[in-house]
Parts: sequence; C-alpha cells; structure tokens
Amino acid sequence: MRYPDITAGLGLKLQHFDAALENADTGMWFEVHPENYLVDGGPRRALLECIRARHPVSLHGVSLSLAADVAPDQAHLARLAALVEQIEPVLVSEHLAWSAWRGMYLPDLLPFPRTQAALSRIASNIACTQDALGRRIAIENPSHYIAIAGHDWDEIGFLTELTRRTGCGLLLDVNNVYVSANNQGYSAEAYIDTFPADALMEIHLAGHSLDPQLGKGLLIDSHDAPIAPEVWRLYERLIARCGPCPTLIERDEQIPAFADLLAERGKAHALLCNTELACV
Amino acid sequence: MNGTLARFQDDFVQSLLAPQSDMPSTLRTLTLQPGFAVYRNTVMKGCIDALQANFPAVLKLVGEEWFRAAAALHVRAQPPDDARLLHYGVHFPAFLRNFAPATELPYLWAVAQLDRFWTEAHAASDADVLTPSVLAGLPPAQMGELVLNPHPATRWAWYDDQPIYTLWQRNRDAPCMGDGDDVTWCGEGALITRPAGQVQWTEFGAAGCAFLDACCAGQPLAQAADDALACDARVDLAQLMASLLDAGAFSAKTPVRNTP
Repeated sequence: MRYPDITAGLGLKLQHFDAALENADTGMWFEVHPENYLVDGGPRRALLECIRARHPVSLHGVSLSLAADVAPDQAHLARLAALVEQIEPVLVSEHLAWSAWRGMYLPDLLPFPRTQAALSRIASNIACTQDALGRRIAIENPSHYIAIAGHDWDEIGFLTELTRRTGCGLLLDVNNVYVSANNQGYSAEAYIDTFPADALMEIHLAGHSLDPQLGKGLLIDSHDAPIAPEVWRLYERLIARCGPCPTLIERDEQIPAFADLLAERGKAHALLCNTELACV
Repeated sequence: MNGTLARFQDDFVQSLLAPQSDMPSTLRTLTLQPGFAVYRNTVMKGCIDALQANFPAVLKLVGEEWFRAAAALHVRAQPPDDARLLHYGVHFPAFLRNFAPATELPYLWAVAQLDRFWTEAHAASDADVLTPSVLAGLPPAQMGELVLNPHPATRWAWYDDQPIYTLWQRNRDAPCMGDGDDVTWCGEGALITRPAGQVQWTEFGAAGCAFLDACCAGQPLAQAADDALACDARVDLAQLMASLLDAGAFSAKTPVRNTP
C-alpha cells in the first residue's frame, strides 16, 4: 500500500457527520471538497477540524480550473494553502479540467483540446499550485461527453507528460474511465492497462446514470447510484495491475444511509487487503 | 490568455450560458452533439442548486418550481464569480426586488436578504464574544465612552412596513409555516448572531438597529444610545444592551476606551 494507514474511504456527507466521526473501521479516511470549507470561520471549519482529529482527510478540489488558459486565482490558491496547512490532508487532488473563466465560476469539469499549448499551460498551473501548497498533488481524469477535434495527445499520454514535467501524481477515477470509454467508443480495459501506474496516488469509484433520452448511448457521471458491476471489475483489474492504492467511494446525489456507503467501502477495503496479500 | 485555448474557452462559456435558441455558431460541431447538454445542464443545475441551498426561506415561500425558474434567470444574468458557492447569491435579493413576477410578493427580497445574512453569519471569522462581566461595574460615564465592535458574524436589519422577521423565521426552518393569517402586518427587524459557534436569530427593533449602526460606525455607546432614543424615545436602553450581550452581538476585541 502506498499509504500504510489508509485503504478505502468515503466522501464526507454532512448528514452522516456523527456516524463518520465515530467510525473506527481499519483504514478509513474521508474526502471533502475544500471549496465548502474555504470560509473565514464558523461551524464548517470546526466540523472539518473535528473529523481530521479522528480520521485522515483528503482535500479534493473542483475549482482550481487548471486547464483554463490563465494562471490559478491567487486569492483562491492562498486560501487553499491555508486550509492545507490547517488540516494537513493525507492527499490533495484536482481535475484535468477547467471551471473558472474571466471572473465566472461554472460548476462543472469542462473539456478542452489536449494541444501542446494546453499541455504547457496546465503543466505551469500544476507547478504553480504545487509550489503554493508546498506538496505534490494528484490530477484526476475527467468524464467525457463530447468529441473534441484538434487533440495533439491522447489522455494517457497527456497525463503521463504532466507527471513527467511537474512531478505531480494521478488520481484515476475508474467510473470516469468507464463512462468516457462508453461515450467515446474506446476500450476502458485498454485505458486501465496503459495508465501510468507509477504516478497513481488515489483511485475514485462512483455510480453513473443513463441519459434520459439516449440511454446507454450517453452515460453520465452522476454520483447518484451504487458503483456499477462493470466499474468494480475495472477496479479489480486496476489494483491487480498497479497494486493497492487509497480508494474513495463518491456519492453526491440520492445519498443513501451511511451503512449502505459503508458496505461499498467495505468491499473496496477487502479487495485492497486481498491485493496487498497477493503482492507480498 | 490570447491563444487558441482561450478562444475555445470564450466560445464554450458563451455556448454554455446562452438560451438553447441563442447558442453561438462558433462551436457548432461541439454544441450539436447530444453530450453538450450534459455540460449545460450540469452548470445550470449547480448554480440553481447553490441558490436553492442558500435561500431556503425564499424557497419555502414561493415553492420549488417558481424558485428554480427565477433562479435560472438570475444565473444567466449573474453567474457565480466565486468557486465557494456558499457565497453565491449576493445579488439575488436585489434581483428579486426588481423581478416583475415577484411584484405580488413585496416582502420576498427582504426575506432573501435575511437568508443572505444567515450565510454571512455562518461563514464569518471566528472571534471571542464580549461577555457581560467585562462591562459590569463600569460607571455610566465610562460606559458611555466605550466603543464596542459588532462581532464579525453579527447582522441586523430593520424593515419599516412589513413583518419580515416573522415571515423569514417561519420559513427558515420551521416544520410547518402556518397560513400567515395570524401575522400582524407591521414593521419588524432581525438580529442574527453566532454566539456559541451556531447561528441564532431574534426579532429586533428599529432602535436596536440604530444602536448597532452607530457601533458599527465606530461611535461610542453614548452616541449609539442617542441614536437609539432618536429612533424610539421609549426604548429601554438597559434592556437593549442586555439582550445584545446575551445574543453575543459584540466582539471581545473591544472595549477600547474612547479617550479624547
């Protein structure tokens, strides 16, 4: 295991806060979006302090907008750096996407053509972020819904080059691989088999849904359902190849009982432990 | 940011926020793909969900369908400018005040303002609260010279003609809202504070608001008292001061002697 103390974790939901705080499962950890805690003070910061006193916490950003053609917002980065210093997260991650542009924030993870120019810009933005935070961050592969012309790189090559240029790590979202491969007509297995294992810092698992009109023709990374069997199979394939790695179960809509999330988390935990034994 | 990536992002944003009938033609090869709607829907849903979360009393008063339709118009006019969506909606009360379909609900913008004050109180900086013991035993003359700073989380507002506090608090978190027939239609104010880590609120008079306005402007308590009396000659200043201290309205960083 890359991080000996943590195995499978859960995205922290405020409605499960008390149960999360009391949970004592081996290897448990929790992940939050830092944007929800970048406040000057008050109960939110206090809750996060409470959780981090009991469990390892990971900060998973959704808004640094690393793929925008502009340097990250310095005020936002400074606030994030202060939170990192306070919380001492076990992992910090962001997305290969953009979401802020010319003073607007667009709450999604938006696509772009993977050109040479984009590569230089994003490498520079990652380096600037790692400098500001004083640590290595992991970059997550996004879900894709449209075909964009003008790519100079495929996604695996692009991510690999980013790790080479900046020393960043990678977060592999297995559900995003499944959704994107389905929507864009490539092999999810081939993606998993060629993903740069050396840079892997974290894995995400989540559920997806079918587009109401197009059905299976367009899968949506909706985080509103249990993890699909196909995604579990890809996950097993990934950890068999790369070895165990901290794995997060994400659920952001249709939040079930904490026990239901714990069951999915328990399955990932068991797979990680078995993989570890197999690797010894 | 003048290269092809920047141009792509300019066009993409325009296509995301424009009404379906009015999408620019620049990225037609992308926007004609069914998957482009996923981005449009996700962005719009994220913004509207944020407004819905930040204005719960407004939501209860108008219902989800009305709220989301109004919110969608506001999102197009004023998309978020901060990734911390908790802060989204600074301009939503003003939007509702000028929103023609809300003319029949003249209190809606003020209820939205109190929702907004709740959020500001919730996220404000931490600071110790001034306790009554600090002021106990001060002679009246010395007390009058004190300048007290409102706590960073303290918010207050007076509304002349409408029972905004009652309308707001009944719809903020009450399990049932009543039919409104029993509301006395007169001016009301609100005091929102965060004394022990959690936001709390109480009805608050015009004189109290004048008092806090003066404190906020750096005036000593004697001046704040004059302002309160000018607003309402019958106000019980001792009672007002006690209720402010009890609510944790002041920061412990004060008192500072206002020496000449």
